[in-house]
Amino acid sequence: MNLTIEVNNNIITANQGDTILEALNQNGINVPTLCHIKGLFPTGACRMCVVEVAGRRNLVTACSEPVMNGMKIKTHSPRVIESRKTIVELLLSNHPDDCLYCERNGSCELQDLSEDLNIRERRISGQKNKYKLDVSSASIVRDPEKCILCGRCVRVCEEIEGVSAIEFVGRGSKTFIGTSFNHGLNLSTCVNCGQCIMVCPTGALKEKGHISEVKDMLANPEKTVVVQYAPSISVSLAEEFGLPGGQNMIGLMNAALRLMGFDFVFDTSFSADLTIMEEASELVHRVQNQGKLPMITSCCPGWIKYAEEFQSDLLENLSSCKSPQQMMGAIIKSYFAETEKIAPENIYSVSIMPCTAKKFEQQREEMIQNGISDVDAVLTTRELARMIRLYGIDINKLEPELADSPLGTRSSAGKIFGTSGGVMEAAIRSVHYFITGKEMVKFQVKAVRGLEGRKEAKINIGELEVGVAVVSGLKNAEILMEEIRNGRNDLHFIEVMACPGGCINGGGQPIGTDEKAVKSRMMSLYDIDEKDAIKVSHKNPYITELYDKFLGKPLGHKSHELLHTHYQKRDVN
Amino acid sequence: MKTTVQEILDQYPDAGRDSLIPILQQVQEKIGFLSEESVIEVGKYLKMPASKIFGVATFYNQFRFNQPGKYHVQVCRGTACHVLGSATVLDEIEKQLKIKTGQTTKDKLFSLEVVACIGACGLAPVISINGEFHAKVTTDMIKSIFDDYRNREE
Repeated sequence: MNLTIEVNNNIITANQGDTILEALNQNGINVPTLCHIKGLFPTGACRMCVVEVAGRRNLVTACSEPVMNGMKIKTHSPRVIESRKTIVELLLSNHPDDCLYCERNGSCELQDLSEDLNIRERRISGQKNKYKLDVSSASIVRDPEKCILCGRCVRVCEEIEGVSAIEFVGRGSKTFIGTSFNHGLNLSTCVNCGQCIMVCPTGALKEKGHISEVKDMLANPEKTVVVQYAPSISVSLAEEFGLPGGQNMIGLMNAALRLMGFDFVFDTSFSADLTIMEEASELVHRVQNQGKLPMITSCCPGWIKYAEEFQSDLLENLSSCKSPQQMMGAIIKSYFAETEKIAPENIYSVSIMPCTAKKFEQQREEMIQNGISDVDAVLTTRELARMIRLYGIDINKLEPELADSPLGTRSSAGKIFGTSGGVMEAAIRSVHYFITGKEMVKFQVKAVRGLEGRKEAKINIGELEVGVAVVSGLKNAEILMEEIRNGRNDLHFIEVMACPGGCINGGGQPIGTDEKAVKSRMMSLYDIDEKDAIKVSHKNPYITELYDKFLGKPLGHKSHELLHTHYQKRDVN
Repeated sequence: MKTTVQEILDQYPDAGRDSLIPILQQVQEKIGFLSEESVIEVGKYLKMPASKIFGVATFYNQFRFNQPGKYHVQVCRGTACHVLGSATVLDEIEKQLKIKTGQTTKDKLFSLEVVACIGACGLAPVISINGEFHAKVTTDMIKSIFDDYRNREE
């Protein structure tokens, strides 16, 4: 039912059941928010979104108040503005004054609000909080001094990821966001997904930076510095440079990486193809030999740590395949090192990922053989953008270049790994070929596409009906795993990604990523798939060559040594 | 053998998160504080993350996370004590025992807690050590009070 309300003397319509904030936003009226996360239950805690409603004595929080017919609302009356201004002034009163040194300088919501509300003097001086920086995690750095206690990280961690590594600790002015018993994040249940960073309004949460190590290595003449980038990087980088979302920057990115001094530029989509060769073969093997089913993907390091902590009875269901990042790393330090005649210890292998959990994955002990790690440093999309600026590169003035051969050539199946459902679709394409010996008539598997948290389909491959499910956001994974534990047995293959929508919405992506941006990145990936000639991993000529010359066959001895791994239960609290 | 915590949990069949605080209170009563292990055990039983339980428990002054010392020192920070200088008394105690509120000394002899009002405003500022009240405490008196307890150990 449509309601009519009056906002700032204009009549607008609203939907019954919406909050005031939703009604205002639908009509293009902006009200600032801090603690609000679209799609999650409102807390009304920060009171930034207050509006004046005629007949109500107190200001009303727009995010939590349902809209009612005939409401008369003022969104920017002097009283409302004064109230919002005081809230920000109070938040600033104990906030560190080091904007110039802050990671989020320029992308800070507190800074923006203070600017929007025209705050030009320190009216309220408070005692500064003194907390220790938590640098214990391989992925995420926490600075509680910069925290304004909006609680968005706590809610994302609990409601989207089902992890609850962090919580409000203490009371009143001594409240802070902490882990259980104030241990470092590394000892907590944190899965390193970085979704908390994506929702943090300030610099209280950020990735553990690897820029300075990479910079040093680029300047070291004894090192061959090799870089790989994940499928979703090329479609998210544009936003960091103010360009339209979803624009594919791959050629310009290759050029920029070479200008920075990377000796070889490779595409993780190539090793995504390799992952598909191994993972699809593993699935076929499990199906034909009564192996453990459903098989669950293992590309996402956030999901892997989560499974080791919370779903350890299902670890046998996980594919033993390493992730594309680690497969590429292993191939670079073996096959590539051999063919280029470079000692593996003189190769410095960098990966650019949309992900903070990849920083954790890179230093897992399973990913290091004889003291040589598959990958040496991981940069997020944000760090890549920072490096491009640091090296003074004007990305708009570059000429597009191709990645290096052979590890830079991909099929489009490897490229769609970047979006939720992509691994599934790429795997189905190859499984179909492996089982029937024929290619699919139409490669698109529409049922597993889209940004919904859970997608399911039944797909006929030869005489077999394959049940598949795709989930993103670990809370959705938790629900599905519970169904399996309770006896659900119609599924053969499950794809899990920790971040909602997959890597295009990863914890290492540009700050300010919203639904629209994620969607445009997804469209861009499927568009690339549409236009590409080679749409299946097993037809990537360089993959075939890699097996012929080096690996032998999928699931073979060499593959097991280099491309597969194992998992173990983790006791955390 | 059942753990102490398990014995407590047995008294709460089909408990939900609304039973959290009574359970924590009983755990603290039995083992003197909320150990990390006990919080994890309670969390598994109530299907609550340890971080959430820690969050709830730190909200209340009544919960401790360190093994209490042989002598448990309670410093009253109620209004009357505050007016008569309990803040400086607390500072001095923290300095002399070399611990912060909520902690226990290395020799496990003293632990320190701040309480809101122990109902002895006429004796302000007042501290209570294992239930023994010390009235009208000044910073000069603190050393001899603690020495007295230390001497009992010899």
